[in-house]
Amino acid sequence: MSVLLYRGPDWDFDLIKRVHEACGEIGIKEMGLDPYPNQIEVITTEQMLDAYASTGMPLFYRHWSFGKHFARNEAMYRKGYQGLAYEIVINSNPCLVYIMEENSATMQTLVLAHAGYGHSHFFKNNYVFKQWTDADGILDYLEFARGLIAKYEDRYGQEQVERVLDAAHALQSHGVHRFPRKRMPDLRSEELREEERRRHGEQLFNDLWRTVPVGQKRKAGADEDAKRKALLGLPEENLLYFLEKTAPRLKSWQRELLRIVRLINQYFYPQRQTKVMNEGCATFTHHRIMNRLHEKGQIDDGAFLEFLHSHTSVVLQPAFDDRRFSGINPYALGFAMCNDIERICTKPTDEDREWMPDLAGRGDPYGALCDIWANYRDESFVSQFLSPALIREFGLFRVVDDEDEEEMNVAAIHDERGYRNVRRALSKHYDIAYRDPDIQIVDVDLAGDRKLILNHRVLDGVLLEENDAQKVLQHVADLWGYDVKLVEADDAGDELAEHTASPRGVLA
Amino acid sequence: MHIIDRRLNPGGKSFANRQRFLRRARAQVRKAVREASSHRSIKDAGKGGEVSIPAGGVHEPVLRRSTEGGVRDYVLPGNKKYIQGDGIPRPDQGSGQGSRASDSGEGEDEFRFALTDEEYLDLYLEDLELPDLAKRQIAGAEAVQWRQAGYSSDGPPARLSVPRTLRQSLSRRIALKRPKADEIRQLRDEIERLEREGGHFEELVKLRADLEHRILRSKRIPYIDPVDVRYRRLESTPKPIAKAVMFCLMDVSGSMNEHMKDLAKRFYSLLYLFLNRRYEHVDVVFIRHTHEAQEVDEQTFFYSRETGGTVVSTALFKMEEILQARYPISDWNIYAAQASDGDNTSSDNSVVLQQLRDVILPVCQYYAYVEVGMDDEEEPPGGAGEPSTNLWRAYRRVSVDAPFAMRRVRHRRDIYPVFRELFSRRTEAAEGI
Repeated sequence: MSVLLYRGPDWDFDLIKRVHEACGEIGIKEMGLDPYPNQIEVITTEQMLDAYASTGMPLFYRHWSFGKHFARNEAMYRKGYQGLAYEIVINSNPCLVYIMEENSATMQTLVLAHAGYGHSHFFKNNYVFKQWTDADGILDYLEFARGLIAKYEDRYGQEQVERVLDAAHALQSHGVHRFPRKRMPDLRSEELREEERRRHGEQLFNDLWRTVPVGQKRKAGADEDAKRKALLGLPEENLLYFLEKTAPRLKSWQRELLRIVRLINQYFYPQRQTKVMNEGCATFTHHRIMNRLHEKGQIDDGAFLEFLHSHTSVVLQPAFDDRRFSGINPYALGFAMCNDIERICTKPTDEDREWMPDLAGRGDPYGALCDIWANYRDESFVSQFLSPALIREFGLFRVVDDEDEEEMNVAAIHDERGYRNVRRALSKHYDIAYRDPDIQIVDVDLAGDRKLILNHRVLDGVLLEENDAQKVLQHVADLWGYDVKLVEADDAGDELAEHTASPRGVLA
Repeated sequence: MHIIDRRLNPGGKSFANRQRFLRRARAQVRKAVREASSHRSIKDAGKGGEVSIPAGGVHEPVLRRSTEGGVRDYVLPGNKKYIQGDGIPRPDQGSGQGSRASDSGEGEDEFRFALTDEEYLDLYLEDLELPDLAKRQIAGAEAVQWRQAGYSSDGPPARLSVPRTLRQSLSRRIALKRPKADEIRQLRDEIERLEREGGHFEELVKLRADLEHRILRSKRIPYIDPVDVRYRRLESTPKPIAKAVMFCLMDVSGSMNEHMKDLAKRFYSLLYLFLNRRYEHVDVVFIRHTHEAQEVDEQTFFYSRETGGTVVSTALFKMEEILQARYPISDWNIYAAQASDGDNTSSDNSVVLQQLRDVILPVCQYYAYVEVGMDDEEEPPGGAGEPSTNLWRAYRRVSVDAPFAMRRVRHRRDIYPVFRELFSRRTEAAEGI
């Protein structure tokens, strides 16, 4: 039988090593996880606050907004309004796990299981991360970005750099590519394609085609619009990308700044899409590892109770009318769903067999979970795997608040008629494409005054926050260098609002 | 797996960002600091603390959907009593649904954070300038500081700059194509080899001639020439006097009550805080007077009672005496602040004026007179706000050009504005220097 890994709250580096191994024993051998190698870094409270300010990254370029976040977090922390996270984990290879020095031995074990195995496995295997992030290069890129921006500050002045960065930050939520772009083909594959095309043509060759009368060519003027748009790659929803490539008056260093902000934001894009799954995966993993450690006699009852205390507060889901309620807790939902999937795999009910025939009773819950963690994101995860049992357990219900109605209306609840409705609605909440306003650059008046025209596709009659929209548009105008116009129109084509802005002088 | 201990890494990684933030929000933070300080006790005037500024100035706008209007859709947990089709009255505007709670606090009207002592004081005393700060620096220019300023081609051997000299020498050698020692050695080896192997005669002759030529050339072009030599050049700059002495003069006769003393004390504290920021070393001298003046320590100055008449000139004579004994004008910047309720023996006024004009003001950087009054005191009829005490009338006759200022203070809240007024930066004066 195994011996206890530790007693009491104290820890040292040897212990961390032993705990890491013990967790790996369970995580990798029993659960079949496939995490990155871990690099564990011990930090202090102050360093944790520093990391908070720079979106969790260990190094970042300098900007006043990070100072602002630091000031707020520090004030909140000092007054005790807000605790600090036990860890921060960075999606890189090796996976960086920051652990706080003041954690107890049990908390360090929990953190290692949670971040070092749960998150790390998710980062390495989930398709969104694979598609969008370069785990090997991110730290080098941040280092490069910081150095370059510091150099620009020396050369062009802090204020000039700050103006561009402010504008870029304002647009960063609209600076991601949501779909993989077509890659530029390299010469070799181009050649192969050309050959294939020719062979195809030869196969189909028939001299008769030559004799078929050709219809009138389409009028040239009609598609000039379309041609111009195609040339500029319009419509374009990645505003930062468009401005970086096309804005006529930007200098090359300003374009480089836009690019840095855009790329860093693109790196974070997967995290926004997989909050529930990511936390669910990590929480499920640490719960399983801690339980197994306890079963194997590697941690004592006291440590296990300490873990349960902290775990239950993490997965607490207050009801909507509770004072503590602040939306659906991704830890709670993710953890519950993973547990539920395990239950469906091993002990399905008739209802489960009906709703999830693929999973029900298939056994091998870890295999099923690893497959799900790899191939879904929040939106599809919820729409596929939120079971009626769980909807009942959470008491989920859907409320529709129509401006024109007298009061809000309960559209669906956790009953036979409502399951699908609730599930679809919840899944939609996790769809980033739905959550972020859909804003595209639709046209540029190249021949005239070079006015840039943006379009907001209004959904459900919800317009943009007006003050903010105006301010952001001002930033767009500054970058573009000419007038810009933002039209808010719904699908019926009705214009609901219009904002315009003119540049405040040229960015020097 | 690696474990790295980052705890010993230098902290303060966010310092630069914080400074940027403060710079950006400077105007607002300054306003907040001034407001905060109006209801603080003077002892804490220089301490840091929490301030709040309107969130608008440091707002980071993003394109986001409005929180009002349209058709909205929520999925909420914890249903207890609702069934499909139920109506729920709308909660009050603004409280909204939790699912919309702003996660970055953008909705807040105020942004609260803490300033350190240093930052606080900086903002608190910003824009304040010591009058005639530069005058005494020039007057006391005997103290001189040497600092390095480039290189010169002559100087004492002790200041010879070897790197600079060698750099000059190197560039001269390159320019004149002085043969390198290596080349000569190679040539010698080559000749030796040919001689040993009985090589071609003509070639040997050619090589020997070449070698001779090179040796000659390297003798003609010296390794270090006198024109290469460089010396570190020093330049003298007048050293600013970093010492200041502050004289606190106060009337402690019976007519000065606790409230007046409190006002005076606040003024002195501010002045001390201010001088302390500007000078490396500040001495404070307390002189109290009734019909005779004494130098005392701080406790006695503020808290001990004394009875007697009021003869202001005694304090001024005492100040002169101390100046001569301990604070030579060439080494010290001299400031004085006098607080009084304005009483003086009538016959003394002319003496005071003469002493002030002829002895004190010429050596002072600045002399501030604060007349303290009662809180509930009536404005004098006529409304001009001009007090008509003995001393005030006497001081009115001090010339405008002198480094002298007088103000009347009745209430605690006036102290800081009066102080600011006295020391606010005067741009035209600054240019005149």
